[in-house]
Amino acid sequence: MYSKYPDERGRFGAFGGKFVPETLMAALNQLESDYRKYRVDPQFQAELQYLLKEYSGRETPLYFAERLTSYLGGAKIYLKREDLNHTGAHKINNTLGQGLLAKYTGKKRVIAETGAGQHGVATATVSALLGLECKVFMGEEDIARQELNVFRMRMLGAEVIPATSGTRTLKDATNEAIRHWVEHVEDTFYIIGSVVGPHPYPMIVRDFQRIIGDEVRKQMIEKEGRLPDTIIACVGGGSNAIGIFYPFLEDESVRLIGVEASGEGVDTDRHAATITKGRPGVIHGSLTMLLQDEYGQVLPAHSISAGLDYPGIGPEHAFLASSGRATYVPISDEEALEAFALLTKLEGIIPALESAHAVAQAMKMAPSLPKDHLMVINLSGRGDKDVQSILKYQGGRVQ
Amino acid sequence: MSRITERFKQLAEKGERAFIPFVTAGDPSLEDTKRIVRLLESVGADIIELGIPYSDPLADGPTIQASALRSLIQGTRLPNVFALVRQMRAEGVSVPLVLFTYVNPVIQWGTERFFQTAAEIGADGVIIPDLPAEEAEEARNAAKTYGVDLIPLVAPTSVGRIETICKQASGFIYCVSSLGVTGVRAAFAEGLPAFVQEVRKKTSLPIAVGFGVGSPEQAEEIGKYADGVIVGSALVNRVSLLAKAREIGDQEKAEKAFAEIVHFAQSLKASLR
Repeated sequence: MYSKYPDERGRFGAFGGKFVPETLMAALNQLESDYRKYRVDPQFQAELQYLLKEYSGRETPLYFAERLTSYLGGAKIYLKREDLNHTGAHKINNTLGQGLLAKYTGKKRVIAETGAGQHGVATATVSALLGLECKVFMGEEDIARQELNVFRMRMLGAEVIPATSGTRTLKDATNEAIRHWVEHVEDTFYIIGSVVGPHPYPMIVRDFQRIIGDEVRKQMIEKEGRLPDTIIACVGGGSNAIGIFYPFLEDESVRLIGVEASGEGVDTDRHAATITKGRPGVIHGSLTMLLQDEYGQVLPAHSISAGLDYPGIGPEHAFLASSGRATYVPISDEEALEAFALLTKLEGIIPALESAHAVAQAMKMAPSLPKDHLMVINLSGRGDKDVQSILKYQGGRVQ
Repeated sequence: MSRITERFKQLAEKGERAFIPFVTAGDPSLEDTKRIVRLLESVGADIIELGIPYSDPLADGPTIQASALRSLIQGTRLPNVFALVRQMRAEGVSVPLVLFTYVNPVIQWGTERFFQTAAEIGADGVIIPDLPAEEAEEARNAAKTYGVDLIPLVAPTSVGRIETICKQASGFIYCVSSLGVTGVRAAFAEGLPAFVQEVRKKTSLPIAVGFGVGSPEQAEEIGKYADGVIVGSALVNRVSLLAKAREIGDQEKAEKAFAEIVHFAQSLKASLR
């Protein structure tokens, strides 16, 4: 009953839809019919599965975090190692899928938006692999925060275009990417990086990311003989979270927990807690939960993580929150940094700051849960890209 | 008959085309917008589009985005724009007024309440560029209930959708001249006259062309096959000179900017007679 969405209008309950300039409507309708065709095309699927396995390195392990488990002294904690994907994050699952769609539909140029740079790097990588011309829109502030990823994208042959409007972060990079797409819609494929945007994007990205949850399901049954009890994932737009949640939506025994960035606190105006503090509204072509003022102006979001400071969220998450199927909780910058340090020291795994938010929530919950409680944390990406900003945050001291 | 329909009818009888300027409400201030609207009316603007400033204007280019930002920084929000329209009507402004707004402020105000308010304050039409036909049912019903025209956009990529869009339209059809966002362009899509012709086959409503019209020459050219021409960014460029003058408190420069706006509007109107 939760997994049947979106409906034919692209709605997840009250959320979703297509709120875009008329210029894009034909392209979105075309994309939907192309996708429905290639989704069941054996050649397309074979090529995608081949690349996921041989190029990206799937499947990724479901790793039992023994030291973290014993340190926290409660639930048995597994990490879904999306950080071990080629390019270092789950983003590649989706860009391989959409990149192939671009190729199969004859588009030679792709564009993308990126916050932390992981989606930009994944798109630039797939563009290099498939011989596509690539432009990546990135907020000026994020370009400064994520120098390493900017450098990687340029090496991969992508043009990184700074978004200079508004808050100069992901929100504005997305605006500029959409505006660019309006102008070049006839020969350009827009590879959206999360389960956001107008229909059919939230559906397409979810379908390409569900491989995470499908693997967890199989792996957990192999290891423990049953389904997990709790799954925790961080949520900016929400693609890694929906990817791991989606195959479990009908299994009511599995608790699904999305972790939003509460930055400096939900009682300040420096956070990105969209579900906790937002109201239904339209952003980037979709009706979803949105941080906005009384009159519908979009408010800036803040998180220490460039991948989470987005004032909106995927419409399917808004739906799962409203129906109560999934729970969304806030984690602050400080808590994420603490979790980042803990996982690094205990397990020798440096997580992305985004993923550290999920780890922080596990630290809160695990100690009071029984030892046979199976908990999965989606480790959506690795933290190399964040080391520099953490160093800056700590005033240059390694703690 | 709506004020917009009536205006197009009068123009048709005279063999003229509608001159439809766009300005952002509150840029650089609500007082200045009022004066600009009065000036535009006095030089013969047929319909005036008033932009409600928005933080994330997906259909706009840099000029109008910057204009919206100036207005937002001044604190302009939806109620201020409503109050401005109400006041202008009370002071005798009689030109048809169309509100140009993104969908989110409409949803937050309440879609039905938005059209009710628009009617009450004396706005004649509403344009919502990110509300395509598929999502517009509630707005259409509200527009009908309160007698406000909901003016749809048709783009060169709308092939196969034109009929549906036109069927649901009232007031006029807003034809987007080319792919892309708002902003002055050197050239239009080659097939623009044919595109307008295509739209005309599907509707008896007047057709206005906008996005990128920056000079009287371009307006005259489009006026040969369209019923109206919408001029936004090119005019807003001149308003930005006014904003600069206000910023440095230079009254003389401000007056020059007003004069420039009037001169430009006059030349556009003349090209459509």
